Parts: sequence; C-alpha cells; structure tokens
Amino acid sequence: MSRTYSAWSRPLWQRVLLTREAAVIALLVVVWLYARAEVLHFDGPLTLPYLLLDTAPILLIAFPMTLVIVTGEIDLSVASVVGLSSVLVGVLHQHGMSVPVAALIAVVAGAACGALNGFLVAYVGLPSLAVTIGTLALYRGIAVGLLGTTAVTDFPEKWTSLAKDRIADGPIPLVVIPIALIGLGFAMLLHYTSFGRGIYDIGLNDEAARFSGVNVERTKLVLFVLASTVSAFAGVFYTLRYGSARGDNATGLELQVIAAVLLGGVSIFGGRGALHGVVAGVLLIGVISSALRLENVTVNVISIIIGLLLVLSVVSGSFAGRLSGLVSRIRRSGSTPQPPATVAGAHERETV
Amino acid sequence: MNTKRFTSLAALTASVALALTACGGSGATDAGDSGGGSTSVTFLPKNLGNPYFDTSDKGGKAAVDEFGGSFAEVGPEAASPDAQVPFINTAAQQGVNALVVSANDPKAICDALDEARGAGTKVVTFDSDTDPSCRDLFINQATAEGIAKVQVDMVAENIGDSGEIAILSASANATNQNAWIDLMKQDLAADHPNIELVDVVYGNDDDQTSFDKTSALLQSHPNLKAIVAPTTVGIAAAARYISTSDYKGKVDVTGLGTPDQMREYVKDGTVTQFALWNPEDLGYLAAYAAKALADGTITGAEGESFTAGKLGDYKVGADATVLLGDPFVFDAKNIDQFHF
Repeated sequence: MSRTYSAWSRPLWQRVLLTREAAVIALLVVVWLYARAEVLHFDGPLTLPYLLLDTAPILLIAFPMTLVIVTGEIDLSVASVVGLSSVLVGVLHQHGMSVPVAALIAVVAGAACGALNGFLVAYVGLPSLAVTIGTLALYRGIAVGLLGTTAVTDFPEKWTSLAKDRIADGPIPLVVIPIALIGLGFAMLLHYTSFGRGIYDIGLNDEAARFSGVNVERTKLVLFVLASTVSAFAGVFYTLRYGSARGDNATGLELQVIAAVLLGGVSIFGGRGALHGVVAGVLLIGVISSALRLENVTVNVISIIIGLLLVLSVVSGSFAGRLSGLVSRIRRSGSTPQPPATVAGAHERETV
Repeated sequence: MNTKRFTSLAALTASVALALTACGGSGATDAGDSGGGSTSVTFLPKNLGNPYFDTSDKGGKAAVDEFGGSFAEVGPEAASPDAQVPFINTAAQQGVNALVVSANDPKAICDALDEARGAGTKVVTFDSDTDPSCRDLFINQATAEGIAKVQVDMVAENIGDSGEIAILSASANATNQNAWIDLMKQDLAADHPNIELVDVVYGNDDDQTSFDKTSALLQSHPNLKAIVAPTTVGIAAAARYISTSDYKGKVDVTGLGTPDQMREYVKDGTVTQFALWNPEDLGYLAAYAAKALADGTITGAEGESFTAGKLGDYKVGADATVLLGDPFVFDAKNIDQFHF
C-alpha cells in the first residue's frame, strides 16, 4: 500500500504478489504445512476449531486496531474494554437481565469508552499513547472494582454454547460468521470508501489530509469508537466462551492484537497496511502458538519466539525500505531526474 | 523493489522455520506418547514460575518417573482461567492419558475440561478444585478439621498447654479462616481448658495491617503467650514484629505459613513450628491418582482405593475426593528441605 509512483508503476502481478501482505500469507501457509507435517497431533480434528476460538477475540479487535494504527494513532485500552464489557455482562445478568440485553448494554458502554478515548485524542489533541494508557488503567480499574476478585458464572447454557458451537458440527466455530461480517465491513470501509482513503491520508500526513478535505477529528473519533465497540463485543464473546465474567479477563490482550497487526504489515507510523495482511498476521501467531504448545514448549519460550518474529519483521521491513531507497537513488542518478519519485522515495523510507 | 519483498519473506520464513525445528526435536519426545502402556501425565498448575507449584510439579514428576510414564509440565505466565484453557485444549489434542490441574476458576475451565474428558483424558484437580462435575478426582490438601487441630496442637505444645493466646486472622469475612477458627475454639474448649483465647484480630491479609495488629495485641494483652495466625501473610508479619522486639522468646508465633517466608524466623528462634501441607506430596499423590484413573484401577467412586508409591494406600472419599492427610509441620529440623 505504499503510495509511491514506483510502486504503482509496477505490473499488476507484482503489485499483488510482491507485497508484505503476500509474504505474511505465504509464511502462514508455510508454517501451517510445516506444522502439519512435523508436529504430532497438529493434523488432528481439534486443531482448527481451537485455533479459531483462541484467535477470535484477537482477530475481532485487530480489524479496528488496524484502522487506528493506519492513522498513526494507537489504542492500548482495548483489552480493558474487553474486561469491562465482560464484567458488565456478568453484573447485569446477575441482577436479572437476559444475556442479549446485558450484552447490548455492554457494547453501548464500550462505545462510550471509545468516545472518551476519541474525544481526548481527536478534539483535545492529546497523544493517543498517553490517553489510552490512562484509560487502560481506568477501564480495567472500573471492571475489577465492579466485580472484585469474584466471577459471575451462571450464564444459561444456550448462550454459552453459542460461543463454542460449530457450524453444522464441522470444524468451523459459529463465531466465525460475525467475525467474517465485521471483517468484511472493515475491509470495505478501509479499502473501498473515501473515509478509508482519508484514514491513509491522515497516517501519511494529517495536515495534508486536512487541507485535502478529510475531517481528521471526526475520522479519529469514529475509529476509537469502533475500536472500543468491537472490543466490547469481543468481551461478550469472551465471557460466554469461558462462561465466566471476571475483571481480569483478557489482561494483556492489547499487546497480542498490536503484535499481530504489526506482523501483518501495518506500519506503526501510520499510512500503510491492509486488512488481509492483518488477518494472516493474527492466524500466523495463532498457528505458531498452537504448534509450540503441542510440542509442550513453555509459554515463556513461545513469547520469546513471537517477540523475535515481530522484531525481525519490523527490522526486515525497515532494512529493506532503506535498501530499496538506496537502490532507487542510485538508479535515479544514472537516468533523468524525477522530482516526484524523490519525494516518494524519501517518504517510503519513513513509513515502511 | 523485489529485493525488499524477498528480503522480508526470507527473513520471516527463516526465523520461524529455525524456531520450529529447534524446538521440534527436543519437545516431541516428552509430548503425548500415549501408546504402548506408558501413561502420559500433563501437569497444568495455576501458573508457571510459582515456587509452590514448582514444588508440587516436582513431586508429580518424581511419581511419573517411578511408574515409568511420560511427564509434561505446561501452564500460563499469569494465573488466569482464560490463559489456562488453551493448555487444556492442547492436552485434548495430544490425547494425553491424564491432566492434573489446579484450577484458576471453578467454572471457567469446565467446558474445556469436559471436552478433554470427551477425548479420553482423565482429569485430576489438586490444590484448587473445579465444580465436581468437571473432573474425575480432586486431591484435597487438608480438611478444615485437620488444619484447626494441627494449629491447636502446635500452640498447646509450644506454651505448655496453659496461658493466654490470641488469633491473628485474615479478613473478618474470610470463609476458610472463620471455619478454622470456629473449629479451633471447639477444640480448645474440649481438650485444652487451661488455654484461654483472649482475642481474635484481623490483619486483612495485608502485611502492614497484620504487623500493626500484632503490636496492638501485645500491648493490650501483657500476659499473652502465643499468637496463632491461620494465614501465611499474618504469620510472617507477626513473626517479623516479634523477632525484632523484646517479646522475642516470650511470645510464641505459630499457624499456617510457607517455608520460604518463615525460614529466617525459625532460624532466629522466634518460631518453633508452623504448619501447611506438603505440596511435593500433593503433586506426587495427584500423579499416582491420575495413573490409577488412566489404568482403570479406580473410576472416582467413593470407597475405591489405590496405592500411591511411597505415600501408601489412599481411599476415594465423597464427591470423588482424595485427602492427602494431616497438615505437615515444619520446624528447624526439616525446613531446609523445602523451597516454596
């Protein structure tokens, strides 16, 4: 998605296949095939359903998180919103509300959390890193405060099984349907609307985006509201899947989401990234963790491997960006000068 | 441009492939090697890197080595139920013969355990139980009666069975502690008429509050001969206060504590003995119970019995529960054998 002249001048097959997203997808396939061949029990019937259920909340939140990061902002409060939503579902259900009503209220509360984040970032102009570290603590604090160290677990079977049941008793969990719909919605929004183009413009240069008619503040507010709303929905799923509403549910999930998004090729500086890469990034981390767990590798080692993978992917991207910038400068010095390409080349180095 | 794409692809692929092969070789041997008569047992504590569970897993591994099974220890970094579920799922995928788990939540891991049992894995809980319907057997570390009795016995021995004592508990509404205190009162009234319980105070399982309450107890009861703290936070705080005060050697401290917390107070003479169960034995027993279930020797029905190596014979009680035995008393002679 680098908006450089050289990138757009390449043939179509190159533009589709030789991208960071395609690399992550290829890697996902390679790792999947490797695990099937080499890891005992990875080809069993339980692998796919567990993998999808485990990655479902990460995948859900990764969609809006991608849009937020493409604008150059970040939302660290998402996991706390998951926890808060979980506790709200639990507490409201405990006081006699049915699960769907409680879930709806939790999602609305999530939207409110997002509105606070978005207002502080977009309209007050505070850095999102600082704002959402604050609300990370704030929302988690409210969640733990509401329920303490206890848990609400008496959810009706029909709702908890909804979070775990499979489509037609096959390997695909039901929850994949709402995830696919939400994912499709975000893909349309990001890649096929002017709102979505505005998101990239903000990430590349928000002053320029403002002058070209993008409503920067409103866009950011909407994205933070979407991030928290989807997180709250993920919180409802989380609660029903584990049949347990707890204040500490999903602690640390934000880091897994952000790691998957960055691994999927989204630039932490904004302006670059695509959702299919992010989906592959989420699944890649899921497959690696699943395969390593089957090998009884300890959780610390799994964290180390995924951490290294993330660092390598960032380093390789930045290194390759520098290399290609150098190559095009050398090439340019031998041919006729192209002022726009120089600007684009310089730009790419800082955004890739 | 191509260089860039290929560099990133190559770097990513290489790193993952390296990582997977590196771990693939060593891990495969101790993974679910279920066939051929050897019993595979996976221990899933509340979290890894916890000295208490390191000790219980050590006992479990010793037992599995004794009966020639394959042992694996897995677990999350943080003690949360949602983090335990993927490991239970993995055990189901591997088809291990038995899973020994300390539950972070009695309900949240139930569905995952049920799925694992559906796949043929026997589930033994230890330390922290789930709902009884979600597991085959629970290894109970101690009964309330046993915990109350050992504390009364220790304090009676330490003060010569007569004098004023006080209790420093956790919070005023702590279910476990209140049950123990009630049983201790009954025991004192029935068997130790010369011991007078003059006060029960609550340190809320907070170190500083417990420390302050100890100080207040000693001032308001000048004839106090012992403080009994049925909580690990309380006993450590009380021992710390007394070890640096004039009361050292005059007022005894006992109760429930862990060896690592209490070591220095046992060595400096503030504390002569305290109790807890032995987590190593707990893990050892859980592993033998897991094997008995996997072999079909027992099913979890009340009255069945099995042999747990050096610990001897055990009987399955009500609610598919096996009791480890009386609490374990730690003193200057044995404390250095324990690290948790």
